[in-house]
Amino acid sequence: MFKRGVFMDKLIIGGVELNSRLLIGTGKYCSNKIMPDVIRACGTQIVTMAVRRVDLDNKDENILEYIPKDIILLPNTSGARNAEEAVRIARLARAMGCGNWVKIEVISDNKYLLPDNFETIKATEILAKEGFVVLPYMSPDLMAAKRFVDAGAAAVMPLGAPIGTNRGIRTKELVQILIDEINLPIIVDAGIGKPSEAAEAMEMGAAAVLVNTAIASSENPIKMAEAFSLAVKAGRLAYNAKLGEEKKYANASSPLTGFLFEGDKK
Amino acid sequence: MSFYEEYLRYSNFDFEGFFNSVTKEDVLKVLNKNKVGEMDFLRLLSPAAEKVLEIIAQRAHMLSVRHFGKTILLYTPLYISNYCVNRCAYCSFNLDNNIQRRQLTLEEIDAEANTIAKTGLRHILLLTGESKKETPISYIKDAINILKKYFESITIEIYPLTENEYKEIVESGADGLTIYQEVYDESVYDRVHIAGPKKNYKFRLDAPERGCKAKFKSISIGALLGLNNWRIEAFMSGLHGKYLQDRYTDVEIAMAIPRIRPHVGIFQDVYPVSDKDLVQVMLAYRIFLPYSGINVSTRERDEFRDKLIPLGVTKMSAGVSTEVGGHTSSNNGNGQFEISDKRSVNQIKEAIIKMGYQPIFKDWFRL
Repeated sequence: MFKRGVFMDKLIIGGVELNSRLLIGTGKYCSNKIMPDVIRACGTQIVTMAVRRVDLDNKDENILEYIPKDIILLPNTSGARNAEEAVRIARLARAMGCGNWVKIEVISDNKYLLPDNFETIKATEILAKEGFVVLPYMSPDLMAAKRFVDAGAAAVMPLGAPIGTNRGIRTKELVQILIDEINLPIIVDAGIGKPSEAAEAMEMGAAAVLVNTAIASSENPIKMAEAFSLAVKAGRLAYNAKLGEEKKYANASSPLTGFLFEGDKK
Repeated sequence: MSFYEEYLRYSNFDFEGFFNSVTKEDVLKVLNKNKVGEMDFLRLLSPAAEKVLEIIAQRAHMLSVRHFGKTILLYTPLYISNYCVNRCAYCSFNLDNNIQRRQLTLEEIDAEANTIAKTGLRHILLLTGESKKETPISYIKDAINILKKYFESITIEIYPLTENEYKEIVESGADGLTIYQEVYDESVYDRVHIAGPKKNYKFRLDAPERGCKAKFKSISIGALLGLNNWRIEAFMSGLHGKYLQDRYTDVEIAMAIPRIRPHVGIFQDVYPVSDKDLVQVMLAYRIFLPYSGINVSTRERDEFRDKLIPLGVTKMSAGVSTEVGGHTSSNNGNGQFEISDKRSVNQIKEAIIKMGYQPIFKDWFRL
């Protein structure tokens, strides 16, 4: 007999099997206290947080206190301006007890917050060798993505649009090329503003999506978290079910080439 | 290249004529643009914009939440000396003012830092008056070395330095620089800075750029509103912010909106800046420089500060004393200006939460 959920395949990153394909951030919420409910509402298993905000001396304000213990922590290197700073932040995160996963974010452009692929590749190389599970945030570029593979990344995280813009997957063509060509999970990070856009990324074949601003800045983050979770599942199922082909041509009622085949008719 | 050249581009500009020509419809058009140019910024600062302030506020709020989320970073200033060789008409530290002068010993700095750190704050702003004799760079560096034990981020607000001196400060462990031009209009600047090294307009004007070159992580600039026509001063401050951000993309540029406060001194020729005016400046900064932080000090009243939060503030001082040694004892030198928001760190934290925002105590660490 048919059972719901049997078509949902698992995602494997860094050797870990995951049921959820939605990663969330923690950066822009009105209060850390809401985090446990947001996490439960969307069923995420990976949560990213800026190492710069982790305050071990201040229990009330420490974000780590609000993340359930069964969640994989994905500390990010927000604030790093070059590879060296990113590497130091990652090591600090590990020393703080945040595990060995890291999202590398190297940004030296404060206007658009676009990532620096060159420095991110350098940091990835160093940290992967040190045993980190490295998820680099990047501008979708095929050659850079190949270098991330060589550098030992566990997944690559191309942006859909600049951070915080909620503008959707503006880099669609380039992200699609990464999905088609790169043999690592592609996680669309940044720019996704609506659940429908998360579903779109998943239908394209993205392995997962990371959402922060769209959930955090909504009027009801808990409801919005659930909405994103449903959209991600819908998109993945649709991808697995193989979307019906979009036809670029019509079935003409008065064929133009029909005369060539007239003799074939019986 | 210096921002001075940008400043000179507007030396003969007819601001009055421009402001008179702006309509409320012109202002609304600015809000629909993807890229807000210099003249658009000036439109947002025009009298016509006051008529649509609520619509501007909605846009500014949306941009703030998108870029910074619902978070406010807290810090507090630590005054370590009020010795000053300048004669600035608007400041209590003026050499001519008969105030109690005091400078903290390194032990006293340690005690102050210890007291402040107990409030949970991890970001500190180190301030002195200008006196290379009493407070040389070596003393500032010694102070930074002590503060490193207690704080994750140290910003200095001291007299302007050379690029190499700024590099020394960065190497010693400070990551932020705050330096206000006070007034961009060169002739007013000359008038209110009666004597002392601060009289050198250009050396101060170029200080933030030297700071960028010396690789501070964040730099905060602004005009002391009230010394001159605030519309023009805010315009110049915003252009200065954009000039720096365009050239030094890795530095976080923040705008401050200090408004002149009662002080011990002689400057009475204040150009009035109402609450509405201050809000208009803040909104214009947010829309022209959506990625920049905006800093509001305890010069402003508590209930007014709270209301500014959703309009685009990203940083606020809390638990403030502008007196040298004011955190640990009551027998101190005079303060730099009178503060209005006298709430403790905890009270300000609660007020931010009440506004639906998250107070942030730590947003960096020394690497």
